[in-house]
Amino acid sequence: MPIIEVDNLTYYYPGSSKPALANISLNVEKGDFLLITGPSGSGKSTLVRTFNGLIPHLFGGRFEGKVLVKGKDTRYCSVAELSKTVGIVFQDPENQILTLSVEREIAFGLENLGLPRKVIRERMEKVLKDLNIVHLRERIPIELSVGEQQKVIVASIIAMMPEVLVFDEPTAHMDPLSALKFLELVHELNKRGYTVVVVEHRLDLVAKYANKIIILNNGRIVVKGEPRNILPSDIAEECGVDVPRYIRFFKRISNLAKISRYPISDEEAAETLKEVLGYGRSY
Amino acid sequence: MGEAIEVRNLWYIYPNGVVALKGINLEIRLGEKVAIVGPNGAGKSTLIKHFNGLLKPTKGVVRVFGVDTRKTTVATLARRIGIVFQNPYHQFFSEKVWDEVAFALKNFGFPEETIRHRVTKVLRLFDLYDYADRSPFTLSSGEMRRLAMASILAYDPDIIVFDEPTVGQDRFHKEKIREYIKLLSSQGKTIILVTHDIDFVVEEFDRLIVMSEGRIIADGAPREILYNEEILTKASLILPQIPRLVKYSEIPFLLKHKPLTEDELLIAVLGILRGDGGRC
Repeated sequence: MPIIEVDNLTYYYPGSSKPALANISLNVEKGDFLLITGPSGSGKSTLVRTFNGLIPHLFGGRFEGKVLVKGKDTRYCSVAELSKTVGIVFQDPENQILTLSVEREIAFGLENLGLPRKVIRERMEKVLKDLNIVHLRERIPIELSVGEQQKVIVASIIAMMPEVLVFDEPTAHMDPLSALKFLELVHELNKRGYTVVVVEHRLDLVAKYANKIIILNNGRIVVKGEPRNILPSDIAEECGVDVPRYIRFFKRISNLAKISRYPISDEEAAETLKEVLGYGRSY
Repeated sequence: MGEAIEVRNLWYIYPNGVVALKGINLEIRLGEKVAIVGPNGAGKSTLIKHFNGLLKPTKGVVRVFGVDTRKTTVATLARRIGIVFQNPYHQFFSEKVWDEVAFALKNFGFPEETIRHRVTKVLRLFDLYDYADRSPFTLSSGEMRRLAMASILAYDPDIIVFDEPTVGQDRFHKEKIREYIKLLSSQGKTIILVTHDIDFVVEEFDRLIVMSEGRIIADGAPREILYNEEILTKASLILPQIPRLVKYSEIPFLLKHKPLTEDELLIAVLGILRGDGGRC
């Protein structure tokens, strides 16, 4: 059974006559690393809001079709219930911050789950370390830089150990090195067994970690598959996806040199470049 | 005198004691296109808030068009220097997209007709015209960012500071922002871009300022700075995509040529394929 199953979902925000999502069907299987991308306004954030029931419960609107989380229809489960399975990290951390210290922020969700004090302590220490924010533990979250705030939010969600972690443009406010490290962490969490869904524009940093990619445009899935096959396609380029520069580069020289397989990471791209230029195995 | 902005030994200490800027010296000339990069917490946002007087130096001087920012008001400075902040939520207060853009124009006392004309123009330019009657808060985050830009550009300041304009923008809208920056620059505007989007910088900017821990650690041509490992490490930067590919490939000819963009790499690679490149 897929952990999230979206079945022919069409959704209209209240008062809108244009659907934000139209005929969406997709499965997220346990262990997946699903990458969702597409132009701004294409419905990416709307789609992930259906994964823990924020849509329709909080947003209202017209909701046709269904979303099943571990087989349960989200229309008949509360957001609180669904959040135990699906944790969402949104793009603007400031809107998610509730408390006046980083430690309190992380403890908040755990206390709501009714966990014993000792467990809360242990989990907090672990996520502070995992996200490399031990030094921030006593700081006031709203006084931190947005990148640091985002890490705090992520820590507070990971601490609750949901099965699916959904990240809606998590690195939007991070500097490149932090983004790189953060996405490595997401990859690591995926390897440790978390199912991961990431909405991202920085495909050059994340595509290599994903086993599935979906491109949305105008609320519809225009293409889905493996990143290596999808990103070099013309359709990706046509709908405004920020295709990694190296893929664009190899597409441009593909009539001059044979590209046997499009690369999906910097390392592979470098190998492909050496191959094309005849800097072979001797290197 | 040609200086749009002059910063002399600027120190800034936040009320909570955090020393955000430690002796910044900087001149930005009229019509220049400057990108400021650096890790989160390096002081980039603190620095640009000094440009329109939102923050006043703890020590040192900031002059905008020769005027000391301590001796004038934010309102006066705002007429000539517009800052598009990175979090649009903090910037909006009108009920409609149209009013949001018209607000500053009304405040600066532009005639009705001019306001209507300009608002229409910028809304169209940023693909927001269809949303004129909607609340700014119903827009997607990418659209909000474009609205923030539109409301500043509508009143046509001489210096425009963009704080992370490309965050959350797809390629089409990045292209649009790029085109718009080019247009503004060709009109003689001074452009200051604060960003993490180093790929956007290399394709558009010829001066790069790198900040780290409240200091400027490099100021110069992107090509020299971005192939300098020491600076990159110090500033927690990662290489733009094309230099990254070149570095991983370890091909000496390309390392020597230091291409920054797809086009530059293409030219260099064509050189090698044709045989006039320096295969060793």
